[in-house]
Amino acid sequence: MDLEPIAGPGELLEVSMGPHHPSTHGVFRMDVRLDGERVVRLKPVFGYLHRNHEKIAEKGAYLAAIPYTDRLDYLCSMTNNWGYVLAVEKLAGIQVPERAEYIRVIVAELTRFQNHAGLVGFLLQDMGASGTPLMYAFREREKVLDLFESLSGARMMCNYMRFGGVRVDCSAEWLDEVRQLVGVLPRFLDEFENLLRANEILMARTQGTGVLPRELAINAGVTGPMLRASGVNYDIRKVDKYGIYDRFKFGVPLGEHGDVYDRYMMRILEMRESVKILEQALRDIPAGPVIDPKVRLRGLRPKVGEAYGRIESPKGELGFFLISDGSGNPYRYRVRPPCMINLTILEDMCLGENIADTVIILGSVDIVLGEVDR
Amino acid sequence: MTPLPSPEEIKTLIEAGVPGATVTVIANGSPSAQHSLLLDHEHARAVAEFLRDHAELKLDFCSLVTGVDWPDTETTAKVKVKKLVAGPDGVEQEQEVEETRKTKVPGYLEAVYHLFSMGKKHGPVVLRLRTANRTDGTHLPSLTPVWRSAEFQEREAFDLYGIVFDGHPDLRRILMWDGFVDYPMRKDYVPPEDDILVTGVKA
Repeated sequence: MDLEPIAGPGELLEVSMGPHHPSTHGVFRMDVRLDGERVVRLKPVFGYLHRNHEKIAEKGAYLAAIPYTDRLDYLCSMTNNWGYVLAVEKLAGIQVPERAEYIRVIVAELTRFQNHAGLVGFLLQDMGASGTPLMYAFREREKVLDLFESLSGARMMCNYMRFGGVRVDCSAEWLDEVRQLVGVLPRFLDEFENLLRANEILMARTQGTGVLPRELAINAGVTGPMLRASGVNYDIRKVDKYGIYDRFKFGVPLGEHGDVYDRYMMRILEMRESVKILEQALRDIPAGPVIDPKVRLRGLRPKVGEAYGRIESPKGELGFFLISDGSGNPYRYRVRPPCMINLTILEDMCLGENIADTVIILGSVDIVLGEVDR
Repeated sequence: MTPLPSPEEIKTLIEAGVPGATVTVIANGSPSAQHSLLLDHEHARAVAEFLRDHAELKLDFCSLVTGVDWPDTETTAKVKVKKLVAGPDGVEQEQEVEETRKTKVPGYLEAVYHLFSMGKKHGPVVLRLRTANRTDGTHLPSLTPVWRSAEFQEREAFDLYGIVFDGHPDLRRILMWDGFVDYPMRKDYVPPEDDILVTGVKA
């Protein structure tokens, strides 16, 4: 049978990967130009989930934006809540009670754990380790979501934090359940790591693939585990010490090569550090109120001014920039989406790589389209 | 964490380092006390490079680029004016009369840059650039050549606010589709009537 070649010798082939493609983690498209199997150009195309989140928030009261933030990075609603309420607290000068700070740290680190476990599972799935690692990760993630459900009433769209504290207090039984889970997490991590550490295929696929140099990472505003995989020691929990993070002892894992393997290991190591923080927070959590009763949740009217608040979300620096004109709704509400900004250098990482490797390079960025598109 | 110089000190540093640059400190009344620096268009790029490379500031990380819309406003002021008014006897006399006068204050679009330093671990330093108006003078110098992180975010401000960044390597719409005409984040944006959600018919 004679087949007409799609591209002759020296000709380039254009491929549209996505928007409906299992490897793109949502509705996301990459316009790729190929020379044989090598990538010579790659342009990310997104916006399929765009609903003008920022405009919606500007039309409503300060309180009304909180449930919408759940839907940004829909795997990490707790940290999204925290980023937003932190910005409002800076804007209006609101203090948070001690116990609420501890609960925030506990739910945020649980969120980081389940996000990283899920990401590692998906990344291995992208590499062809069909099912098993992902199911291991999801088994553990389910336990965290059960805890979120009994605390806030929802597994994923928690809508839990409020400026000045958190919505409801947690019970002593809930804290015991968290302690039990945190007690078994190190065993899960050992098991998870042993499953794939020193696996030859994993090494061959990931080491030296999709290298992100340190200088480019800084200049392109890459944050989170991706930045630290390139060897830059920048963790906002350490830099800003927001909340009560200065009270805990934990390390910031750093990579050396900035390749897919380092980015994969960064998540594994960060999960272990999260467990350390959780153990300390669960040991030290004091009794007391979880929200300042004097805070006006409804009808909050901050003074004219602006504030930028940011946290270390599992994906990177999640920030909210608010401008108040003295009225009951924000004049300007801007999200700093770590997922979208981390995509800026996707092309740089993929140039010269094989088309099959763009899948795992994208997988190692860790994107959620709800946040990229807003 | 190295303490960051105050906005006034940074202004002095810039004016010494970049001759001719005009910097205005804009105070922020909120408890966050994040004051900002308004730059002129001509020297914005040079100032950005200066801030990035300055040994003490080393603002190597441009975290956030925000577009803001400030629409035209009208101010009404009561002014006392001397006028010839016909008196009761029919003779015109000069009298002081109160008149309300409306003055139109032209609006502008604004790009706000939040800078941090990864090396020195300080920040934020907030830069602002303002366009001449909201209609035909919506150009601003792009800072993407200085910080790559502005690339997608400036595209977003172009897409949703219509700020044209001169010197941007690839200024296209990013969230809306290519054929879209309006700027949805502007304060006076009106969604089209023939929206498919309302009529069920594709435009």
